[in-house]
Amino acid sequence: MAQTQETLRKPVNSRQSRAPVTGTALAVRKQRSFLADLYSTAVGKKYAMAISGIAMMGFVLFHMLGNLKMYLGAAELDQYAEFLKKLLYPLAPKGAVLWILRGGLLAMLALHLHAAWSLTVLNHQARPVKYQSARDYEVANFASRTMRYSGMIVASFLIWHLLDLTFGVVNSVGTEGEFVTGEVYANVVRSLDRWPVAAFYILANLLLGIHLRHGAWSIFQSLGWNNPRFNSWRWAFATAFALVVVVGNISFPIAVLAGIVKV
Amino acid sequence: MNHLTNLKLKVWRQDGPDTAGKFETHIVESVSDEASFLEMLDQLNERLISENKDAIVFDHDCREGICGTCSLMINGRAHGPQRATTTCQLHMRTFSSGDEIVIEPWRAAAFPIIKDLMVDRASFDRIIESGGFITSPTGGAPDANLTPVPKPVADAAMDSAGCIGCGACVAACPNGAANLFTGAKISHLNVLPQGQAERYKRVEAMVNAMDDQFGSCTNHGECSAACPKEISLDVIALMNSDFRKAKTKNRKQLSRG
Repeated sequence: MAQTQETLRKPVNSRQSRAPVTGTALAVRKQRSFLADLYSTAVGKKYAMAISGIAMMGFVLFHMLGNLKMYLGAAELDQYAEFLKKLLYPLAPKGAVLWILRGGLLAMLALHLHAAWSLTVLNHQARPVKYQSARDYEVANFASRTMRYSGMIVASFLIWHLLDLTFGVVNSVGTEGEFVTGEVYANVVRSLDRWPVAAFYILANLLLGIHLRHGAWSIFQSLGWNNPRFNSWRWAFATAFALVVVVGNISFPIAVLAGIVKV
Repeated sequence: MNHLTNLKLKVWRQDGPDTAGKFETHIVESVSDEASFLEMLDQLNERLISENKDAIVFDHDCREGICGTCSLMINGRAHGPQRATTTCQLHMRTFSSGDEIVIEPWRAAAFPIIKDLMVDRASFDRIIESGGFITSPTGGAPDANLTPVPKPVADAAMDSAGCIGCGACVAACPNGAANLFTGAKISHLNVLPQGQAERYKRVEAMVNAMDDQFGSCTNHGECSAACPKEISLDVIALMNSDFRKAKTKNRKQLSRG
């Protein structure tokens, strides 16, 4: 037994054998800035996940709401796109506010991806030897266990989506007509008239919904928003938010395929 | 009293922390359904010893569900299939004759295997240790109820204090995170008036100690489902919120909000 004790290993990812003891001379005050200090911890990275998640949730919600203009006709949708470019114009130059928003979103996406990546690495280090028999999960669900996969598929969809309807590179592949910046309605109809593309949009949005359902609930836990007054509403909020976004978004390819939205 | 017959046990055997392990199959011919899971293993061990073989090493102590020593991943669940039950309180009546039962140790980098099914959970002690002390008056014993504590607060603190530190939360977590354990230990003191003086120092030190050794929380809820004391996920939210306050407010050093 004594021999076994000597061979006991320290935890693999332990930076020190003993943590600083609170309130003694051993507790070293960190010199890092507050944000870097917070982000260096796993709990802090979850804060980053949650805050960037909220920003991107705001985006997907308003993106969906804006696209509903599609049902009001080409003029309305194209005008809305023009309005976005003129946000706060003439106070700010045309496009300035839009680019600030885009920059913010890209930063949030980068933060979300970086935090997810580093936390995943940490989690793999925390269990280098997996369970050798099958696990029987009690409450972990499909959404919570596939966050990184649903997230990666949605991210790759995002690249396609930008190439399709922002840059127009893949917009007119396999169809007649040319991509024209500003003619949002015509571009959307031309793209979604191709059924494989429409199917990809529907799949990606279903995965987005699954991602949102777990993510929107997790935000409350990660940010420590826990109160018996609203705790029972947290799942309902997450489900409702995911449903609203998904139903709105997948209605567009369906409407185009069904000929409800057409040029 | 009924007997279960012909149980097929697949037990993890491993000689030491650095050696490779493997599953070993044992047949338990007959065991009373009133036996606890550990008593069933005791019977198997008696037989192994009489056959001059190595007994299966596993952790156990009080055998009444309050010490947190027993562990075991049974059929892919921490502490077996019954909710809010430690392995020692799990009875064989939960199983049926002819069942195959797979037994593994807790698996986490912070819980190195000592032998077979026994793991070293000293990393939990390091989290507790980093939490330090609470300020309390010394000298004559204070009057009972000198510090008023509202009933719901006392209840919440007691719920957190229910944690026996068995490690099922880490074992059940797909990420090997110890947030439920650390959250319980933090909430236990942080909601009480007696724990306020070191509240923010404590959460910072304990979260840092946790970070050094364990994975991170992805809000699956497996920890709480596996917890023999049914500690709520609320303790994780309280820990997260207190950790943020510890970073953003200057209460640690100057006692001002």
